Amino acid sequence: MGYKTIIEDDIDILVAGAGLGGTGAAFEARYWGQDKKIVIAEKANIDRSGAVAQGLYAINCYMGTRFGENNPEDHVRYARIDLMGMVREDLAFDMARHVDSAVHQFEEWGLPIMRNTKTGAYLREGRWQIMIHGESYKPIVAEAAKKSADKVFNRVCVTHLLMDEAKENRVAGAVGFNVRTGNYHVFKSKTVICGAGGASNIFKPRSVGEGAGRVWYAPWSSGSAYGLMIEAGAKMTQMENRIVLARFKDGYGPVGAYFLHLKTYTQNAYGEEYESKWFPALQKMVGKEYLDPEASHTTHRPIPTCLRNHAIISEVNAGRGPIHMVTMEAFQDPHLEEIGWHNFLGMTVGQAVLWAATDVDPKYENPELTTSEPYVMGSHATGCGAWCSGPEDVSPDDYFWGYNRMTTIEGLFGAGDAVGGTPHAFSSGSFTEGRLSAKAACKYIDDGKAEGIRVTDAQISRRKEEIYKPMETYTVGRNEIVAGSVNPNYINPRQGLDRLQKLMDEYCGGFGVNYMTNDKLLSIGLKKMAILGEDLDKVAAEDVHELLRAWELKHRFLTSEAVFQHTMFRKETRWPGYYYRGDAMKVDDENWHVLTVSRRDPKTGEYTMEKAPLYHLVGDIEDKDLAKLKAEGHH
Amino acid sequence: MPTFVYMTRCDGCGQCVDICPSDIMHIDKTLRRAYNIEPNMCWECYSCVKACPHHAIDVRGYADFAPLGHSVRVHRDEEKGTIAWRIKFRNGKKDMDLLAPITTKPWGSGHYDLASVPAPAKDMVNTELLYNEPKYVAMNENDLMTLESNGLEIKEGVYY
Repeated sequence: MGYKTIIEDDIDILVAGAGLGGTGAAFEARYWGQDKKIVIAEKANIDRSGAVAQGLYAINCYMGTRFGENNPEDHVRYARIDLMGMVREDLAFDMARHVDSAVHQFEEWGLPIMRNTKTGAYLREGRWQIMIHGESYKPIVAEAAKKSADKVFNRVCVTHLLMDEAKENRVAGAVGFNVRTGNYHVFKSKTVICGAGGASNIFKPRSVGEGAGRVWYAPWSSGSAYGLMIEAGAKMTQMENRIVLARFKDGYGPVGAYFLHLKTYTQNAYGEEYESKWFPALQKMVGKEYLDPEASHTTHRPIPTCLRNHAIISEVNAGRGPIHMVTMEAFQDPHLEEIGWHNFLGMTVGQAVLWAATDVDPKYENPELTTSEPYVMGSHATGCGAWCSGPEDVSPDDYFWGYNRMTTIEGLFGAGDAVGGTPHAFSSGSFTEGRLSAKAACKYIDDGKAEGIRVTDAQISRRKEEIYKPMETYTVGRNEIVAGSVNPNYINPRQGLDRLQKLMDEYCGGFGVNYMTNDKLLSIGLKKMAILGEDLDKVAAEDVHELLRAWELKHRFLTSEAVFQHTMFRKETRWPGYYYRGDAMKVDDENWHVLTVSRRDPKTGEYTMEKAPLYHLVGDIEDKDLAKLKAEGHH
Repeated sequence: MPTFVYMTRCDGCGQCVDICPSDIMHIDKTLRRAYNIEPNMCWECYSCVKACPHHAIDVRGYADFAPLGHSVRVHRDEEKGTIAWRIKFRNGKKDMDLLAPITTKPWGSGHYDLASVPAPAKDMVNTELLYNEPKYVAMNENDLMTLESNGLEIKEGVYY
């Protein structure tokens, strides 16, 4: 094959994937490593890559300590209850105590943040969210990363991490290919910060045909954060914790500003409030610690996202769907109406297009909501990702091994979706995690931990052969048939993706089975996954673009396999409304008040699972309203 | 809502190819103009639509759920620092113009180069502070928060 090999040597910090996490890493690395070589590899163009490519209309993680609003521990308690207790509280606390400094820098760089004209504080959408005109959020943040990086390799898809051959379990860089030229890129680096994304499109989407790209999380979020790290043998956590979103039907337009700022609310098809009637039975499933509508009503304590989904799913199954968002009241106010539309244009233009196409004017009609297919990611109301060390001054021994946000592979750090157990980081928190890992990576190098790394030519050639194999498979197999896409020797990436999505949907709790699975379904699913894995050795790519899709599929497959293993391991229904284990339909705190941790052996592909203890923040300064309720003997 | 390209407006400059996050805007080798090679991997993020200097790229709602006859057009202007939208409904009853700022500063002028700011003191690397901290956390002189400063402990087990 005529592709060149381009080697970038002597890198100190390689950022693999530069969405909000990766840009934060590149930016901060320059401060702590002013003489260090910082390189970004990104499969798209960092000006518009990652989940924030389209823009955002809110920053969902901002404490506002400056305005006396929240402390980091308030955020931890919020994330903890929303995730039914399953949070790395050390990481969440750490992110929350730094996140405001990132947001203040965004404002300095030119990001328009709305202000409350009366108080001068940032305009709050809800307790945690501030409103922005964020169409250019990503290009503004990318500019900062470009100023810091020595080199940015746009359009290079990182497929594998390079491993040190002098010392086991130590990272040595990464390899990939340019999705336009086809050239093979080798990055030899002392550290790697994985800023790649979570996974859309691994469960069968509700949309069919052309609309398959209209997914909630970006279609280019190919689970590469997980694919890269799992393949290298990093420990993962909470991979069972997929997320299902209640969103506007078909367009998946966001609902946050509608609920919080526009004060819209939901009702069933017959105009009735439906949520509260599902709560008594649900409370029996999950326990009063996790669902206490009365406490939630009188305090800021939210009802967990998954449980609100559960009410929607149950009401629809009871034959009283669809669920509607009641917009007709709020939209009579022209100012709120304008905000409602701006909200879509700023981050999900597709929803505006859909309403224009279907003549849905929310002023005169209450639009439909739906629950989405599941997604696997780590920065929204879910915490999939790598098992990472926390900061020295916060983390207990179980959670600390020397460098903040370092995975269980030496020199490999994570940010954003890559880090497990840190839900509710969103854009600003992901950027902050990137900054934290960059500082830690610089320290790791300065401490001499990256000395004597050896990468042989054999490793580099082996990966090269592996990367281009789908094109080889195509060339050899294609000549056997006259034309078309049906071939007995290979499948193309789209065919493989369809099979993966069907499998995940039917056996691992997708929307098609009402998010239900059990031990039997999971073990059948795992057998089928193993065979799909064999067939993916025969995935074929007609050109370089299809080669990109082939590698995205392989990353999605590795992600999915971990989701299966974790879902099988956690024998309880921890998050009703995200998924259900039919053979264990309750929250089981006695056995499962733990984080799940997995490792896939890179040599054998075998999984080992373990439970890791949960640590919780305790202290005198509880949520004030909740403390009051407790004092009154409510709990 | 996949994108499509108007034949008479595209000059094949490749701005859309350069920016598309999904790698689906490619140049047709015969016509030497851009087109969407993979509509079912299009997120309708409008990155290419905004980047096109000739407004040659538009969007037609996904065929599986969006009827024909609507329009959402956009003009993004970095110099003015604004983005202008026009939304037209299929039935013609609604036609909205919406304008929003995209930046508060001349493009790129708010950024700085961290290679040329004073280097952190040696012992700073052993603290929990990031660049500009603790000042930028709360825009005051307070120290970075810790478990101790906030009266907290972290303990194993179930505590709510």
